[in-house]
Formats: sequence, structure tokens, C-alpha cells
Amino acid sequence: MKRRFKADRFLVQRMGISLIALAAILTVVPIIGLFGYIIAKGAPAISWEFLTTMPSNGMRAGGILPAIVGTFYLTLGTAVLSVPLGIAAAIYLAEYAKENWVTRLIRIAIINLAGIPSVVYGLFGLGLFVLFLKFGTSILSASLTLSIMTLPVIISAAEEALRAVPQSFRTVSISLGGTRWQTIRKIILPQALPGIMTGVILGLERAAGETAPILFTGAAFFLPRLPGSPLDATMALPYHLFVISTQVPEMPIQIQYGTALVLIVFVLGMNLIATFIRSRARAKRQW
Amino acid sequence: MAAIKIIVQNLSLQYSDGTESLRDINLDIPANNITVLFGPAGGGKSSLLRCLNRLNDLTEVQTITGKILLDGENILDPKTDVIALRRRVGMVFARPVVLPMSIRQNLTYGLELAGEKHKSKLEEAVERSLKLAALWEEVKDRLEEAAVALSGGQQQRLCLARVLANQPEVILLDEPTSGLDPISTGKVEAALQELKKNYTIILVPHSVQQAARTADFAAFFLQGELVEAAEGKEIFTHPKEKRTEDYVEGRFG
Ligand SMILES: Nc1ncnc2c1ncn2[C@@H]1O[C@H](COP(=O)(O)OP(=O)(O)OP(=O)(O)O)[C@@H](O)[C@H]1O
Ligand SMILES: [Mg+2]
Repeated sequence: MKRRFKADRFLVQRMGISLIALAAILTVVPIIGLFGYIIAKGAPAISWEFLTTMPSNGMRAGGILPAIVGTFYLTLGTAVLSVPLGIAAAIYLAEYAKENWVTRLIRIAIINLAGIPSVVYGLFGLGLFVLFLKFGTSILSASLTLSIMTLPVIISAAEEALRAVPQSFRTVSISLGGTRWQTIRKIILPQALPGIMTGVILGLERAAGETAPILFTGAAFFLPRLPGSPLDATMALPYHLFVISTQVPEMPIQIQYGTALVLIVFVLGMNLIATFIRSRARAKRQW
Repeated sequence: MAAIKIIVQNLSLQYSDGTESLRDINLDIPANNITVLFGPAGGGKSSLLRCLNRLNDLTEVQTITGKILLDGENILDPKTDVIALRRRVGMVFARPVVLPMSIRQNLTYGLELAGEKHKSKLEEAVERSLKLAALWEEVKDRLEEAAVALSGGQQQRLCLARVLANQPEVILLDEPTSGLDPISTGKVEAALQELKKNYTIILVPHSVQQAARTADFAAFFLQGELVEAAEGKEIFTHPKEKRTEDYVEGRFG
């Protein structure tokens, strides 16, 4: 009787494990399938020429250089605008702000901002940066819009990373005659940096792949030359992909998948860097 | 009787959750002695230590009244330069907290905060403080190693050395040996006996035995009240108060 019971339990456990394994397979297979499909279809399009020349023949031939450069500029612009501001805000929230209704309101706002659909950011950017501030459809307007979208991600991640640094380090540093700012600069920030970097990269990665926020604020359908200033509009990989997939008749499918592959590599590369930073910091961490 | 370094006058402290952790404390702390603050948990010993270097500024304190005179100056005065105060009054905590850097960097941290850049001065401080904390022989060849690699006992002596590198006048120690083995404890206590020649030492011991072993002067705290303060020899052999006697003889606590 007892033995039966034991065997039953064993069986239930085995079934449980099998179910979990099945769930894991069900999530992993489509992802691998997706990548495999895009690589298989897109890889033949990839060549030095594809990466370094302008599109030609109404974008049906040639390369995608302006889209690559544009996405690079937009990501860079977003980083320049959102990273310092985001980290400063996180330092304020984690290290200086007292817990009161103002900080609670700020936190609620940040959480809710992260949940707003990206097209809403696009409309907001159009109203504020393009029209009201008269920055026009430009890299500047698009970067500002992407920054607003990225800021909540950076602030939350950075605040969490700062709070994860043990309180005792702060107490010790202060007790040795450190000011609050010295403590932050010499101990807290360096210790939190890998966590902050991970958040920053994940935020920028999302910005790099978005279409809707740049649609009305800075993305161009086609430009015959590379943007020369922050006030120029620009082509960008995600929007370019949208354009050549839906707006251009008789588009060679190879170029579409080639473009998708470049975008994925760009975004995934950032993700890999973030993972690398995180795992290296974990190994080196002393607390 | 030795010169008085610190005078605590009518000190009362209430945390913002309403806890009254110190009630009208009056205490003279002599220079170049080990003064022991002892008593059962929650008596207010740590609270008093954290007043002495204004570390309480970091916690939610509701009201604090009275005076603490360090060489005659009231350090509770809002105009006090707390940074300078914390250099003069260093603190060692119960759990050794080494900063996530090398042994050497741990030792020079306080001086560098103060803007000391001369290599020779820093070098000199490292050696001097390690010798004072009886750690020099054990770590002199591995100063660039991460401080977390040290044993618990070594880490705690490093924390003591780190305070000493700042050249303080007063050293506060809050149960510094509570996590240490008897040998490490012995080393810390021996170092303190040596240090008291040049420093004012205030120690919260982790046991009555340690209190009796180390105290030149001792003050017994019970639920925020200072019950009795006297020379160590006195208080542990002929306590005046019944409550002190009960505690010292182990009838409660
Ligand atoms: N940050 C704080 N906020 C609120 N109450 C506190 C705080 N720190 C200490 N207390 C309370 O103040 C009283 C005295 O605490 P304190 O830590 O000074 O006692 P102690 O004598 O050091 O005790 P122990 O031997 O346990 O370390 C206790 O009732 C404690 O709960
Ligand atoms: Mg205590």
C-alpha cells in the first residue's frame, strides 16, 4: 500500500517535469524557428555591398546603408539624451528622495509610462517636438521621442541597481567622513554600473527596433543621401523594413529578409552585450 | 581621574516610530580609557554610539534633546561640521563591512575622501594603521588583494585599521567581536588595550564577560535608562544598584 503511494507520487512528479519541459520546448521552438527562417531567407542578401551602398531602382536593388546609419544615429541620439537624465533621475529617487507622495507619484508615473503604446509616444512627439518646438521631422525630434519612451526603462533599471547595493556600504562610507555624493560616486555608482548598463542597453535596444515613435517624428520613406545634421530626417531600419514590405510593389523578397536580418542582428547584438556585462559583473561581484 | 573627553548631558532620543530609546542620559567619558556601555538588548547602547558621531542623522529620529560635549563643543548643534566630526569620532560595526575594493584601498578610502593625495602619506597611513590593528604581519604582502578575501576576524581588524587611518580621537565599537572566534576576539581586545593609550575608546561588548575584561569605566543601560556608571572594577564587583547586580550576576539579560 505504502509502496503504491510512493510510486504514484513518483509518477506525478515525472508527469509534472514532462509538462514543464513541454512548455519550455513550445516557447523555444518558435523562437529558434523564427531566427532560422529569417537567417535562411535573409542571409543570401547580405553582402558588403548590401551593407554599404545606397538603395537603387526604387529601393528594389542596392544596399540599405542609409537605414543602418539612420538607426545608428537615432540610437546614439536617444542614448545621449536619455542616459544621463535617466541615471540622474534614478540617483535622485534611490539616494536622495524621501518616501512621500511626490516620489510615489513619480514612481507610478514611471511604471505607467512604460506601459503606453509606442504609437502614442509618436503622436506626442509630433505634437511637442515636430510642431510646437518646430524641430521638424528630424533625427532630433525622433531621438527626443524615443528618449521619452526609453527613460522609464532606464530609470527603473538604474534605480533597482542602485538599491541593490548593500546599505552597509553607505553607512560605512558616511561614518568614515564621506559626503552623500562622495559615497555615491566612489562606491554606489561603480557597484551599480553593470546593472545600470544592462538597463540602458535593453532600453536602447527597444528604441532601436521601434517604428511607431519615429513614424511621424523623424523617419523618411526614402532619402537619396545620408543625413547631415540632427535637423535632417533619416531612414531607419524598422521603418525601412515596413516600407519595403508593404509599400513597394514587386519588391524582391530577399532584400526584405536581408533587412530584417540586419535589424535583428543589431538588436540582438546589443542584447548579447548586456548579457555579457551582467554575467561578468556577477562573477566579479564582492557582495 | 583621567581628563573627560565627552560629556553627555540630559540626552533623550526618540525615533519617529515613537520608540524612546534614550531617556535623560548623563555620562562623562574619560579620555585614554576604555569605556564600556553594556546591558540587555534594546537598552539604547547603539543609539547612544550613533549619536556620538551623528550617524543617527541617517535614521529617522523624531526628537533629540540634551547636549553631547566633545572637548567642550556641543556636537548636536545643527552648525556642527558632521564630516569633520566623523573623522574625529570613528566607528567599527558589529558585522565587518569591507568595501568592495582592495585591502589598501579600504585603508586609504577615508583619507582620500578628505582629499589626501600624497602617495607617501597614504602609504604611511596604511602601514601605521595596520600595525595598530595588529594586522600588518598577516596582510603586508597582499595589500592589493580584494579585502573580501580576508577571514572574518581579519576583516574586522581591517575595519578597525580603516578607522585608525583617519587618525580619529575617539573610536566607537559596537559589538565588534560578536561574530568572531575567541582567538580573533583576543587579538581585537589586545589591540584596544594598546590603543587606549592614545585614543578614547567606547565599546559596546557582546557579553558581560567581555565587559568585565575590558572596561576601565562602565555604564549599565536598561531600556533607555542609564542605571549606573562607575569604574569597571567597581561595577562588576560591587554594583550599587540592584538591577545592575542582577544583570552582572546573570539573573536576567
Ligand atoms: N532606527 C530605529 N528606528 C526605530 N527604533 C529604533 C531604531 N534603532 C533602534 N530603535 C529602538 O531603540 C531602542 C534601543 O535600541 P538600540 O539599538 O540602541 O539598543 P541596544 O542597546 O544597542 O540593543 P542591542 O544590544 O540589541 O544592540 C530599541 O527599542 C530599538 O527597537
Ligand atoms: Mg546595539
